[in-house]
Amino acid sequence: MTAKEAILNKIRGALADVQEADPEVDIPITWTYGTALPTEDIIEDFVIKVEDYGATVVRVPQSDLPVEISEAIRRLGTERLVVPEGIPEAWTEPLTDIDLCSDEGPLSHAELNAIDSVISTCAVAMADSGTIALDHSTGQGRRALTLLPDRHLCVVRADQIVSDVPEGINALKPALRHGLPVTWLSGGSATSDIELSRVEGVHGPRTLYVIVVE
Amino acid sequence: MTASDKTLTADKPRLTPKPGTWLGIPPFPEAVKTELQLSQQRKNLSHATHVIREKRVLRASEVENWEELRTAAEQIKDRVGRHLDKYLVQAEEAMTAAGVTVHWARDGEEANRIVSDIAKAKQIEEIVKIKSMVTQETDLNEHLEAEGIAAWETDLAELIVQLGHDLPSHILVPAIHRNRTEVRDIFTEEMGRYGAPAPEGLSNEPTELTNAARAHLREKFLRAKMAVSGGNFIVAETGTLVIVESEGNGRMCLTLPETLVSVVGIEKIVPTLDDLEVFLKLLPRSSTGERMNPYTSMWTGVRPGDGPQDLHVVLLDNGRSDVLADPVGRAALRCIRCSACLNICPVYERAGGHAYGSPYPGPIGAILNPQLRGLDSKVDQALPFASTLCGACNEVCPVKIPFTDILVHLRNKVVEHKTAKRPTIEQGLMKSTTWAMSSGSHLEKVHWGSRMAGRVFRERWLGPMPMPLASRWLQARDAEPPPSETFRAWWRTHREGK
Repeated sequence: MTAKEAILNKIRGALADVQEADPEVDIPITWTYGTALPTEDIIEDFVIKVEDYGATVVRVPQSDLPVEISEAIRRLGTERLVVPEGIPEAWTEPLTDIDLCSDEGPLSHAELNAIDSVISTCAVAMADSGTIALDHSTGQGRRALTLLPDRHLCVVRADQIVSDVPEGINALKPALRHGLPVTWLSGGSATSDIELSRVEGVHGPRTLYVIVVE
Repeated sequence: MTASDKTLTADKPRLTPKPGTWLGIPPFPEAVKTELQLSQQRKNLSHATHVIREKRVLRASEVENWEELRTAAEQIKDRVGRHLDKYLVQAEEAMTAAGVTVHWARDGEEANRIVSDIAKAKQIEEIVKIKSMVTQETDLNEHLEAEGIAAWETDLAELIVQLGHDLPSHILVPAIHRNRTEVRDIFTEEMGRYGAPAPEGLSNEPTELTNAARAHLREKFLRAKMAVSGGNFIVAETGTLVIVESEGNGRMCLTLPETLVSVVGIEKIVPTLDDLEVFLKLLPRSSTGERMNPYTSMWTGVRPGDGPQDLHVVLLDNGRSDVLADPVGRAALRCIRCSACLNICPVYERAGGHAYGSPYPGPIGAILNPQLRGLDSKVDQALPFASTLCGACNEVCPVKIPFTDILVHLRNKVVEHKTAKRPTIEQGLMKSTTWAMSSGSHLEKVHWGSRMAGRVFRERWLGPMPMPLASRWLQARDAEPPPSETFRAWWRTHREGK
């Protein structure tokens, strides 16, 4: 008997008391999925929650975005910036004194580790928990790009922000069904492992800088 | 350890720090006697559990429909448990279709062997690990060490435990029993032996200590060819794996190595992607008291050009199907390892995690270990009694595990198990009483005996006498003699119409 058969047989024996064969009839779930929160100002809620994690958030109109990106890069002290495929050229055009790195190649882990910053877009953002979700499609790069550099500049469109996690999951379902990896970021990396006192910045990017474009 | 074992260990230098061992930790009532003397540990624990309790209650109270969320989580987990065979098969199919190699392991040994075989086939001698309860349960690191493979813990607290030759004492913060100065000493002493040393003059500031861990582990992440993880959820519908974490060590392990092996308990399944909304709201708020943990990774099989290209999942039973067989005890399998029950528990707060003799301490350990491992050892027999039954754990559990009901149920099972071969006198008496009360003719026979005794004693009260069982009772009080006429005999002569 294979391990699989042995385990399944044991489970079936253990569940002899379960008479109903249909899981959904056996245990109904009294929960309405995908419900939005009645948040008055979703964008404002998102900003407050992300700032609460110690991240920087700025809100700008679409027309000011390239200027704000330059300002963010200056404030982050960026010298080398990895730019994933799909980031509009207009965003990086003004960054003339920054070493812009493309991932065509692709970059090795060691090369990425030597780059201090990354810029990306996102797939969806969830206000109530202050969470940004990446599905690593166009503009977001493969997972290593937003992981190894120490500073992450993330551009979130206001219309990508939903009230809460259930709507966020709903929005991510097509990507997940397509086999895209998904990463949720809620602030920068952090730990509370020493005396439960929160320290921001461990292995992931230690600084998260968010620009909300309206 | 025999003399020959000693020479063997001496001949083969260890690759990783020698950990503490659960073997030889006495049963809870004895173990606590030592643990309660550790005043520094008690201080650390009291501080930590009180901080995290307050954070949890704050974050839970922000969610208006918190109770409905808990009910939903309970229902989803019960649905999975009661139809686990179906969901496992569905999950395996989905993962296989997405390019994951799925393995099944009956017990920890089988799971460990699967992991080491994968590493050996690729000539891998070093792996990085994400904090995982299940590989603590199977003692994977020591298995790998014996096979010549070094396993490095990358979670900060696990690193503290590993470098400190220690044992974890908490599900979420395994080094909760250590304070900052102890951590500084461990890092200064040990880091250099196994990689990048701690910087000169390292202080005990958590920020500096964290930076030392970042530097120490970075080179390990960059050169690792293989990682081992656990898993918080497997979505049966799509075969998606989900891992929640804080530090980014998880993302490093899930992204950089070419090979990733995830060892996951069979109870970790949720049916659909939609179900994640319930757990991803409940888990971080119950666990670290945050609105959301810093990082959550979800992956569905292999993504060409992004992340590990060789993915394995080991579905581990290791006693879970035994837990499932007990309709009362099976609710323990709902657990999502948040540790809220530990943080609220007055017993855990004082005793600490090591006294429970397992990587699963606290209330969840008290109900899970005896069910996973069986009731043969004294350690496991003692665990259901390691509780005051105050029920605080019932109230904070995000999946509504009825801890106290299961504890009482297990206490009963422990007593039955202990006395199965050699019944106690009390059980013997209850057994004879059962026989006597089970039919009128049996009762007649007993009555005959008591009537005879009544005739012998007549009206004399019973004083102290050398009688088995009753002697100590009779030393303190006199008893009336049994009546010489029973009610049944009286009824026969006095009932109406006679």
